Amino acid sequence: MAKLEYDKNGRLLFTKEMKKEYTLLIPQMLPIHFGMMRMCLQKRGYNCVTLDNMNQRAIADIGLKYVHNDTCYPALLVIGQLIDALNSGKYDKDKVGLFITQTGGGCRASNYIHLLRKALKKADMEQVPVISINLSGLEKNPGFKMTLPLILQLVFCIVYGDIIMLLANQCRPYEVNKGETDALVARWEERLVKEFQKGGFSMKKLRRNFDLIVADFAKIERIVTPRPRVGVVGEIYVKYSPLGNNNLEQFLQDEGAEVVVPGLVDFVIFKIYNRDADVDLYGGMKLKKMVVGALQKYVEKCQQAMIDAVKKYPEFRPPSPFSHLKEKAAGYLGMGNKMGEGWLLTAEMLELIEDGTNNIVCTQPFGCLPNHIVGKGMIRRLKDDYPNSNIVAIDYDPGATRINQENRIKLMLANAGRMEKAKAEEKNEITV
Amino acid sequence: MSYKVGIDIGSTTVKVVVLDENNTMLFHSYERHFSKVREKAAEQLRCVARMLEGKSVRTVITGSAGLGVAKAGDISFVQEVYATAAAVNAYIPDADAVIELGGEDAKIIFFKGSLEERMNGSCAGGTGAFIDQMATLLNVTAPELDKLALQHEKIYPIASRCGVFAKSDIQPILNQGGRKEDIAASIFQAVVDQTIAGLTQGRELTGKIVFLGGPLHFLQGLRERFVETLKLDENSAIFPENAECFAALGAAICAEDYPAMDYAELLDRLEKSTVQTGLTDTMQPLFNNEAEYEEFKARHAKATPDLLDIESYSGAAYLGIDAGSTTTKMVLATADGGILYSYYGSNQGNPVTIVLAKLKEIYALCGDKIKIMGSAVTGYGEELIKNAFSADLGLVETVAHYRAARHFDPKVDFIIDIGGQDMKCFKIRNGAVDSIMLNEACSSGCGSFIESFARALGYEIKDFAQLGILDQNPVNLGSRCTVFMNSSVKQAQKEGASVEDISAGLSVSVVKNAIYKVIRAASPDDLGKNIVVQGGTFLNDAVLRGFEQEIGRNVTRPTIAGLMGAYGAALYAADAKPENPALLSAAALDTFEHTARPTTCKGCTNHCSLTINTFDGGRRFISGNRCSKPLGKTVQELPNLYKFKLEKLKAMQGKGEGNGSRGRIGLPFGLNIFENLPLWYTLFTKLNFEVVLSPVSDRGTYKRGQRSIPSDTVCYPAKLMHGHIEDLIDMGVDAIFYPCMSYNFDEGKGDNHYNCPVVAYYPELLGANVPRLKDVRYLAPYVGLHRPKDFKKKFGEFMKKEFGVPEKETAAAVEAGYAAYRAYKDEVVRTGREYIEAARKEGRTIIVLAGRPYHIDPEINHGIDELINSLGLVLITEDCVCGNVEKESRRVLNQWTYQARMYDAARYVCTQPDMQMVQLVSFGCGTDAITTDELRDILEDGGKLYTPIKIDDINNLGAVKIRLRSLVAAVEELGGNK
Repeated sequence: MAKLEYDKNGRLLFTKEMKKEYTLLIPQMLPIHFGMMRMCLQKRGYNCVTLDNMNQRAIADIGLKYVHNDTCYPALLVIGQLIDALNSGKYDKDKVGLFITQTGGGCRASNYIHLLRKALKKADMEQVPVISINLSGLEKNPGFKMTLPLILQLVFCIVYGDIIMLLANQCRPYEVNKGETDALVARWEERLVKEFQKGGFSMKKLRRNFDLIVADFAKIERIVTPRPRVGVVGEIYVKYSPLGNNNLEQFLQDEGAEVVVPGLVDFVIFKIYNRDADVDLYGGMKLKKMVVGALQKYVEKCQQAMIDAVKKYPEFRPPSPFSHLKEKAAGYLGMGNKMGEGWLLTAEMLELIEDGTNNIVCTQPFGCLPNHIVGKGMIRRLKDDYPNSNIVAIDYDPGATRINQENRIKLMLANAGRMEKAKAEEKNEITV
Repeated sequence: MSYKVGIDIGSTTVKVVVLDENNTMLFHSYERHFSKVREKAAEQLRCVARMLEGKSVRTVITGSAGLGVAKAGDISFVQEVYATAAAVNAYIPDADAVIELGGEDAKIIFFKGSLEERMNGSCAGGTGAFIDQMATLLNVTAPELDKLALQHEKIYPIASRCGVFAKSDIQPILNQGGRKEDIAASIFQAVVDQTIAGLTQGRELTGKIVFLGGPLHFLQGLRERFVETLKLDENSAIFPENAECFAALGAAICAEDYPAMDYAELLDRLEKSTVQTGLTDTMQPLFNNEAEYEEFKARHAKATPDLLDIESYSGAAYLGIDAGSTTTKMVLATADGGILYSYYGSNQGNPVTIVLAKLKEIYALCGDKIKIMGSAVTGYGEELIKNAFSADLGLVETVAHYRAARHFDPKVDFIIDIGGQDMKCFKIRNGAVDSIMLNEACSSGCGSFIESFARALGYEIKDFAQLGILDQNPVNLGSRCTVFMNSSVKQAQKEGASVEDISAGLSVSVVKNAIYKVIRAASPDDLGKNIVVQGGTFLNDAVLRGFEQEIGRNVTRPTIAGLMGAYGAALYAADAKPENPALLSAAALDTFEHTARPTTCKGCTNHCSLTINTFDGGRRFISGNRCSKPLGKTVQELPNLYKFKLEKLKAMQGKGEGNGSRGRIGLPFGLNIFENLPLWYTLFTKLNFEVVLSPVSDRGTYKRGQRSIPSDTVCYPAKLMHGHIEDLIDMGVDAIFYPCMSYNFDEGKGDNHYNCPVVAYYPELLGANVPRLKDVRYLAPYVGLHRPKDFKKKFGEFMKKEFGVPEKETAAAVEAGYAAYRAYKDEVVRTGREYIEAARKEGRTIIVLAGRPYHIDPEINHGIDELINSLGLVLITEDCVCGNVEKESRRVLNQWTYQARMYDAARYVCTQPDMQMVQLVSFGCGTDAITTDELRDILEDGGKLYTPIKIDDINNLGAVKIRLRSLVAAVEELGGNK
């Protein structure tokens, strides 16, 4: 059995031996994306599992028990889900490790990993190593390396995930044969995973797959009836994770809306770009700027490939490139506003409005620090500049009840309906 | 002909409206539903059977609790704000805005310009539920509260964001003899402030305003406050006749667009909407059977004190009085703890009257054979009662509770006390009170919590609690705020939970709140091995059992659980055996008189609300003060580094050494400016700008800015910034300078050196939300003070672009700025050192009051610094000692500069026997969720006490005093400063 080794600060390391023996748990956020990422890691010899325990109440209770209750809701859920899994009896507690992401910014989220370790200590499982996934070079482990090829592969997973999510959201509400879209999503997941096993990572392949994916989705038989489009933005975890947002996407869809969820790749580019912006604002190493610039360019290239593929089919709405989001944010927030989702969140709202998606749910954990500024703090301005924007801010935390959240979303939807009607009447008047 | 029916099912009431084709109202009703939602709605519909029988009706349901009913019965639904807007459009087409208050919701609809609708977010402060809660606190009904309010003379500032905060504001006023009339009006004013602050967010409330909803319909006092605050008159304040059922009316109007069905079918659907989905989330029962319950009762009956017969006893006795926040408790005990007399009752808002009556009763019972040889008072009303009746001793609650608990279990190491609205728990370490935890953020999990539910469901609290004892399916309601709990209960009821299931579930949720939210324990061993529980709430067997189950261990509940404070005080008096017992004699009580007069202290900018109590025409006692100024005593001013820093910074305005020729530049005196002012002041005055600093915050600063605060959960220091900006605009500056700073100074002590997101980017929020900033030159550039060389260059470019200042000139000014900043920091450290020496000369305990630089703002710290001084303690700050230790890695990511200082200061405190740390935590400060646990670990590992104090816009210092006095008591108990 692998020996427990610590670094000079007493942090338990994930060793090379552990890599051979241990099962690694990944908390869930975006099922399509994370599923593929798991495969990438497995291919590199990490025996990992994405968690599927989704009992929100039980997980939140565990979170409350082991994490300071004033900490943000995503921390409660992520840590709750991991500990719930450890307690499930499915894994040998002496042969299991945990993955957690660390963004490394000035937001509390960079502390999740430490809160997780504190929680493990409280739960008497200090022997379980925790591996940080980050781009800042925080916390190195001999048994796990964030190599450039791995980073690039993860980027592939993200853009694949994004394009599938994007197209599925545009097809699902209109499909003639119920379930066809989800079946196609499943088929593509499986196919991509198989390709990953064979090592299918090249820009060429990416472009080809994008074309095939879009073509496949275009084949889904659809009847396009007018539906309100509702955008979802917010703190990254509650924005995406059904566990975090009480299954928001499903709810919106059941209410008859087409859901528009901006993709994950912008967030990745945003986090890379922040380093570049820092040098511009405060000075610093030109070399750093070049290195991050190169990485950013590569990811943007992947994003552009996705946009190009979607554009070939006029029935689909392609996402905007990152550079466009940057332009949108100007005049609202500085490029230095980088903690949490930073200016990107506001830019996403602006992009949605520009794209005709005036109805937006801005999600955040209760008391989310960056969102005071970039979410709730910008709604007033947006309303001034775009009087038709219809934005509702929804807080998520263990105590917030679904009934309250849904009632507020319903108001937003009622307004959406009214505005549609007014627009239609206006048109009628003109034609008359 | 087809009728239109609107059914509004809100959080507490059901409203039904029937309209004919011409929108003429044929019927309307308004009733409380006590959570029997469907039944009530159907019942009201049946009232109109004669009219609708056999007719076709179009029906729309609305309201927060209506969604489920509509879904289950397949009846159309519209959102209630939308419905209300429809009704207003139809009946009051020239309205400019609507303000609607409901049971748990507050809404504003703006009609003028672009239609905009707002609802309160995740907090239910300032709604009907809040008013009900406050009425309960004053021991009156809502209509009585209304009547009282109409006779007010004075308005006190009361926080309305949450019942708990309001309660902490109201309690001291009550305990100090404030008039109920004034408090009632203040409660309504708080609702008005909350509505305006929370919902207008920068939009003006002017023109014709329509007031809707139950509370505004029924409560004249509330209306009056709104009209006065918004400066409305008869023509602009509209209170429609059917204001309480406007949403139902709107639903009926909306029904036009929905299909019709037969009346019988509607009734049928409504009644059949009872889908028994079955309870999904239940917990283990409290007791499996009657026998288990009997065994439990027998076990707890053992922890009882000797009860003596006062008639047959003669000799010495000791009196303990616990003047609690809502109840008064009194115990007369013998020296060895036998109880001769006890009293427990509501203080009905005036503890003096109660104590007077009971004391007379005691004297009568004692006659000549029992002599009261000592008396002690504890609790919120300690000082008032002590002064009123000349009691010998006063002691802090924690010490009283510990003294009593020790009587039942000498090895006690953990005490938890849950009262009506307070929860206190603490550990006992080396015979001293340690690690006090209070429910500062929330009153969920206290007695009144269950009580308000019992009432809402139409039960008496005693019967209600008992219902759950033998229930087999307690519903899991989680742990959360009363208001949110309402919706959880609603959800459970929808799933078919019985009252019994809910009763048991609520009892357990009280326990969970205590354990996970207040104590934050992960395992029973975190609490202790010998646990004593007390307080009125634990007299509820369901709560007690739930507690034992949750921690997996039996605990001691004395049969006098509700009297422990008073009992402890009596024992304390017996221990002390005062030489000259001074309690007012029976004869003196006969002529006892008490008058209370409220006034505002003008001693300083705190403007404390004082109450001047006069006893027997002569003796005076002033309460509500934070310092000793109004008492007219001249006391020695103890060293206070908060004050020193504030005075230093306040002086940094004007032209300085320059001539001010380049214009007046305004700096808002809040957040980061508290740290960087020396730099900016020197920099700008060097460049011949006149620096205009907004005045030091007071309550008015908050009020002046509150309209434009977009997020009501952001910290109070940030909220104040809106007022500072308004002030600067009023002062007429040429530009306002408030830079964004992701990074703070790198002091080389942590893993990074960030500011928190709010401090870093609040300037951008202000720019987007304060409407008047559009008319002022507002400069909020990103600056990086952590890289002096780059900053010099970048800021040179900035000043050249903005003001045409030559870059060379700026470069020199920047250097001078850095030098001034360093000089200021050095001076703080040097002065801190002097204060420490002065304290040591006099043998005083030194408190390191740790927080952020902006916590020295008196409106943010509410005078806690002076309070600390008043207890004989010397006060220094974290930033004057944090440099005394070397860098060390932490178990959290140590990435914020200010927070890193606190960790280091705590480490230093651990090395100094005569120092203790008190941490100020702003409510809503996300980073402190991380620092509090880490600081606790550092301090407790170092053998120190950890004392966090949560602060917000409230200025009640009651809880703070308990903590600080317990700290002082513990330091003494642990052997002083040796």
